[in-house]
Amino acid sequence: MINPVTKDETGIITTRLDDMVRWGRKNSLWPLPFGTACCAIEFMGVVSSDFDISRFGAELVRFSPRQSDVILVAGTINYKLAPVLKRIYDQVPEPKYVISMGACACSGGFYDNYATVQGIEQFIPVDVFIPGCPPRPEAILDAILKLQERIAKEPVTKRGVPRRHEVVDKFRDNQD
Amino acid sequence: MADPKTFNIEDFVPRDGQERPRYSAKDFDGDVDPSRDDFNEGLTLPDINTQPMFINIGPTHPATHGTFRVYCQLDGETVEKAGVDIGYLHRGFEKIVEIKQYNQVIPYTDRLNYCSGLTNNVGYCKAVERMMGLEVPPRAIMIRVIIMEIQRIMDHMICCGANIVDIGALTNFWYFFNAREKLNDLLEALTGARLTYSYTRVGGLAWDLPDGWRDNVKTVLKGIPKAIADVRGLTQKNRIFQDRTRGVGVISQEDAMSFGWTGPTLRATGADLDLRKVQPYYGYENFDFDIPVGVNGDVFDRILCRIEEMDESLKIIHQAIDMIPDGPVIVDDKNVVLPPKQKVHTSMEALINHFKLVIEGVKPAPGRIYDAIETPNGELGFYIISDGSGHPYRIKVRPPCFYAMNTLKFLIEGGMVADIVAILGGLNVIAGELDR
Amino acid sequence: MADKQSTQHDAIVTALKSRFGEGIIDVDRAFGDCTFVVSKSAVHDVLAHLKDDHGFNMLMDMAGVDCMNLPSYRERFELNYMLYSVPNNVRVRVEVPVPELDMDVPTATDLWKSANWAEREAFEMFGFNFVGHPCLKRLLTHHEFKGHPLRKDYPVMAGQWCSSTSDMTEELNEPK
Repeated sequence: MINPVTKDETGIITTRLDDMVRWGRKNSLWPLPFGTACCAIEFMGVVSSDFDISRFGAELVRFSPRQSDVILVAGTINYKLAPVLKRIYDQVPEPKYVISMGACACSGGFYDNYATVQGIEQFIPVDVFIPGCPPRPEAILDAILKLQERIAKEPVTKRGVPRRHEVVDKFRDNQD
Repeated sequence: MADPKTFNIEDFVPRDGQERPRYSAKDFDGDVDPSRDDFNEGLTLPDINTQPMFINIGPTHPATHGTFRVYCQLDGETVEKAGVDIGYLHRGFEKIVEIKQYNQVIPYTDRLNYCSGLTNNVGYCKAVERMMGLEVPPRAIMIRVIIMEIQRIMDHMICCGANIVDIGALTNFWYFFNAREKLNDLLEALTGARLTYSYTRVGGLAWDLPDGWRDNVKTVLKGIPKAIADVRGLTQKNRIFQDRTRGVGVISQEDAMSFGWTGPTLRATGADLDLRKVQPYYGYENFDFDIPVGVNGDVFDRILCRIEEMDESLKIIHQAIDMIPDGPVIVDDKNVVLPPKQKVHTSMEALINHFKLVIEGVKPAPGRIYDAIETPNGELGFYIISDGSGHPYRIKVRPPCFYAMNTLKFLIEGGMVADIVAILGGLNVIAGELDR
Repeated sequence: MADKQSTQHDAIVTALKSRFGEGIIDVDRAFGDCTFVVSKSAVHDVLAHLKDDHGFNMLMDMAGVDCMNLPSYRERFELNYMLYSVPNNVRVRVEVPVPELDMDVPTATDLWKSANWAEREAFEMFGFNFVGHPCLKRLLTHHEFKGHPLRKDYPVMAGQWCSSTSDMTEELNEPK
């Protein structure tokens, strides 16, 4: 059996092991809420008992990048905060995922001006985009589910590396 | 060392009324005798060349509600010097509204203090209506008062909940948040949105109340005093809470006024300045409510002022909900209000009216105005300059927490690191408003 | 209440006109507000007089304006001070026309402490130079930003990337 992305040969034992690793990863995503603006308040609503994100394993919000799996960028990112976000993204250990929550993080929202980065994909690779201003808590839960579906299909090693390099290079070129 | 068999701790520990036993040097095997008067002299450590430590609190930190950075120079746990860096949520509100129309600015104002978006909407529309000389119908005014007071309760719930969480008490946050979700359901039924409502328009409100909304409000409000009482019971007389908040972040009334403080933080220092009482608008002079005023100006007073204000808001809502008059909810002026959709599709004049209003927008006469409103955070002011076209020439927002943040350096220098968190929570800094 | 405020405004207008004469260029009473247009050379004295003798103990806000696209204006820039008197419950506005080539304005930080950050923001957005300010630096935009964004000739969408977070030694050592 050949893994379509990495083109490695895999056997029956390693596929079972991969499935188990993927199951573990997707059901225990610890989010790092990088909340800046209004979407952070909606995220607080999702963590509360009415909508309860802990049913999906994502209950432990870890504010330290070293202890988290998924960065949930909730809110507007402006040019002043961009280097901070980049640095925190670099500090999260692999495997890491990024969810961009809200219109401002996805594309700058309706703040098309001198201060706001027009979408965090300009310098960080994003896995799931959640539109909305702010998105409903149900939409955030749906995003977690979609991310889980994605994790269930991806290769266990070497995830998304070429794409990440191309995004990071684009950011480096934008600097000068 | 003393012989373990004959060692008796009671020889060394004085009991009440007993004189301290005198030790001799041989009990300490050559070390210094603690009962000597010059005990501390011999034991002072020589200067071991300590260096101050510089740490960054923020911009992303669980205890800073909003993105800003406090850069501190520490000597152990004491803050020697501090510097505050803001602007991590600067979204260019004042630049982008210059290319929008007056009604298109309303969603931008929502996102200023996003915990109480409707209050900002009302403040902005009030300023534009005053500039244009529009007479908002009484039904719209009463509904605006009710929703502003509901937002006041919600904003104070978030602020006090987050403040108390930072001090260490997590349960209160959930009590407040559950109550807030029920209030949010009310506003969602009314406006359609959960956080950024954009319900007002220049001239009144976007649409009328849904059926049964008034009874829903009364039902929901029955559950709020219990949540407030729960939190009060857990914190007000709690020894730990009082130790963490009494005497912390004290500021005098003159200093607070010189720094431009308004709102519950200023009222905690003893000044009873509330725009709803001193410069009343929207019929607030007809309601019976009090202004809670603090004594010392510390964090305890600020939290308590907010909790008491929630009770006063409940009083106002109970009075107002029975007093809503009938009538239209928006002014009847062709230059300001879009005509009803049925007429647009059937009548030529209404179609042209609709077209002109959408393309060119509401056009106030050239002039300048500064208008302020009492939001849960303090005085939110809008300084609007109009040049006669449909786009505002300049809108300057007077954010209440900008001036509170200015003071942070003054409040935390000399205190401990743990106090920074308590003080920041008490100031209710919302980054959307601080940075615009 | 509005009548009481307008009688108080009348008293302040007569007091200021008799004391400062030609320093007060104009008085505007639209919408029930009272606005004094004051020349740049007299502004500090006028503000000090308002604070000490008329009880204006709160500087609510300072707004800069770029009047370039208005149909008629005195100088290109303008600085507005919004004052409020707590004991007398009266509001007043002071407008100062500032020419583009000479943007030095005396600072108001010795009168009201709230002027500290308000002046920093006015400097950053328009370029006013406040003489005597303890730490006149950028406040809201990042430290690598060039230009004054709220001027009418600064394009709305001209974003500038930032590559690092700022060094804060100057703010740290600012006197209290």
